[in-house]
Amino acid sequence: MTINPDWYLALGVVLFSIGAIGVLVRRNVLVMFMCVELMLNAANLTFVTFARMLHDIGGQVLVFFVLVVAAAEVVVGLGIVVAIFRRRSTANADDLHLMKG
Amino acid sequence: MSPLGLLAASSPATPTTHVPHVDYLSILPMLIMIGGALALMVASSLFRKILTVGVGTWITAAVSVAALVAGLFQWDQISTHGAQVTVAGAIAFDGFDVFIQIVVAMAMLLTALIGDGYLRREGVEGPEFHVLAMMSASGAMMMGAANDLIVVFLGLEILSIALYVLAAFNHKRAESGEAALKYFVLGAFSSAVFVYGIALTYGATGSTNLPQIADYLSRNVIASNGVLLGGLALLLVGFGFKIAAVPFHMWSPDVYQGSPSPVTGFMAAVAKAGAFAALLRVFVSTFATARTDWQPIIWGLAILSLVVGATVALMQRDVKRMMAYSSINHAGFILLGVEAATTRGVAASLYYIITYMFLVIGSFAVITVMSRPGDTGHQISDYRGLARRQPLLALAFAVLLLGQAGVPFTTGFLAKFEVVAAAEATRAYVLAAIAMVSAAVAAFFYLRVAVTMFSPVGPVGDVADGADSAAGVGRPDDTPGDGGWAGDRADDRAGDGRGSPTSRDTGDPVSSLRVLTDAPPLDSVTERGPVAVPRLTWLAIGLSVGFTVVFGIIPGPILDFAHQATLLFP
Repeated sequence: MTINPDWYLALGVVLFSIGAIGVLVRRNVLVMFMCVELMLNAANLTFVTFARMLHDIGGQVLVFFVLVVAAAEVVVGLGIVVAIFRRRSTANADDLHLMKG
Repeated sequence: MSPLGLLAASSPATPTTHVPHVDYLSILPMLIMIGGALALMVASSLFRKILTVGVGTWITAAVSVAALVAGLFQWDQISTHGAQVTVAGAIAFDGFDVFIQIVVAMAMLLTALIGDGYLRREGVEGPEFHVLAMMSASGAMMMGAANDLIVVFLGLEILSIALYVLAAFNHKRAESGEAALKYFVLGAFSSAVFVYGIALTYGATGSTNLPQIADYLSRNVIASNGVLLGGLALLLVGFGFKIAAVPFHMWSPDVYQGSPSPVTGFMAAVAKAGAFAALLRVFVSTFATARTDWQPIIWGLAILSLVVGATVALMQRDVKRMMAYSSINHAGFILLGVEAATTRGVAASLYYIITYMFLVIGSFAVITVMSRPGDTGHQISDYRGLARRQPLLALAFAVLLLGQAGVPFTTGFLAKFEVVAAAEATRAYVLAAIAMVSAAVAAFFYLRVAVTMFSPVGPVGDVADGADSAAGVGRPDDTPGDGGWAGDRADDRAGDGRGSPTSRDTGDPVSSLRVLTDAPPLDSVTERGPVAVPRLTWLAIGLSVGFTVVFGIIPGPILDFAHQATLLFP
């Protein structure tokens, strides 16, 4: 049984939308990170699907680039969260309001 | 084998791998920056005792100068042998690329000089600041040279990830960590949007290589390709976040205010240079055939950035926040050149980028030395009477502010003139008119700071007495670090109290200027002595002011440089 690749693209769109809405709606910083990861993986799925549809290996290679970058990004992000958590004991985006204007 | 080789291999089944030819001169400034950063990082863990902040600064300055010299060699190579594509088509080696490399190398040099004094004052040990800044600079250089969407993405991330850490660098300040987190969350969000845009563009055109995309678009008539349009829109959103154009600017005031002052200057100059370079190459050069699709969006972004940047900056009392909105306004001006999408527009944008780089880094050099230990005291009222205490510093800051306002005989004037002329040449008259009006509005808030510096320290509670009653009581002394919480709440109240007279104002410019500049003179401010300006910071301020004035009076060389720095595929 073969599955029409369009379904993978649709799944990518759904995952990306869930991630994007999650970043905008959720207030816990860690959950926001997870939502960003979901968006990146939706892009990865789309890359692989298009690579398969176009019979081009280039798209699959791009996924590795994105994976590496996502890993590096999370390391830095968690470092920043830990630094803030030590000062404030909160990982809630709404509690971070030192600056206004 | 290198991953780029894989990208280049036409057939996945070939057992022998083809290693692409690498023209090392084309990536030399980037390699120097990355190499310098890695060497400094390794050396700092091996010789912790010897490698003080000062040594790190000198090494960074040397690396920046080396990258600058490499850039000049590249320029020579291009003017004799012409532009080309190297590293399996991933890197474009053209005048445009070299221009960005040179701008970023100079920005790195100035930031290293400013950072030195800041790090010593704040008591931050070790050369990590310089390592991260050099890494970030290499990312911006990569964005300028990128000829493949995935290389643009890599450059963007190398630039951004280092900047996230730099924003959090002063761990003694609560605002610094908060700025970093906000920058990180929105930066990561925009990167994810950008990657998805790349994925859709790849699906629609079958390649991520920019010339191949352009080739595909010129050979195939695409009436309505939803996937391509979606990809274009998402790419634009990603770029919009990085250049802080208006609907995507929410992060920038907080991040500019919270980040350590030298980092803010670096961020404003280098992140903008890199992001605009990639934006110009991707949209003006690659998607030239789809121009009618993206030009209206850029038009809207430009107008919103011009209007919102200029008007919201008027209401700011914090200098760094004001500079953030001013930088949004400048982004609107650079977008004028992008919207024109002509060779002239690209040259105008490049000229604006180099001009703005010197102006903003110089301004933040002054803001850095004017801040009190702990990086506080950025209210505009803190600049009151600076001209009497330190006339030279006040004069330098005034020149830099006037340059940003676009006063004739500074580089800022010609930069604004060039982008408006480029827009006008493509019959974008509305855009050009709005840009000129916003320049006039923007001049007001730059002049307000200049007037504050040159106005004498008046008697306490003279004009703005009533407005101060809340502010004066509520505001405790500026305690750095943890006291920021209480200080900030008081600040908010003070802001409300002070905001009311301006809103009641009848609109008479003279009286409103008076009310705004006569913000409550805090006791600690009136008694403030001259600030210490480290020698290296003086050098950076001098270079910025010198560039602004000398090339404002003799604009020829830099303007010619920008006009010759053409894209490989215009």
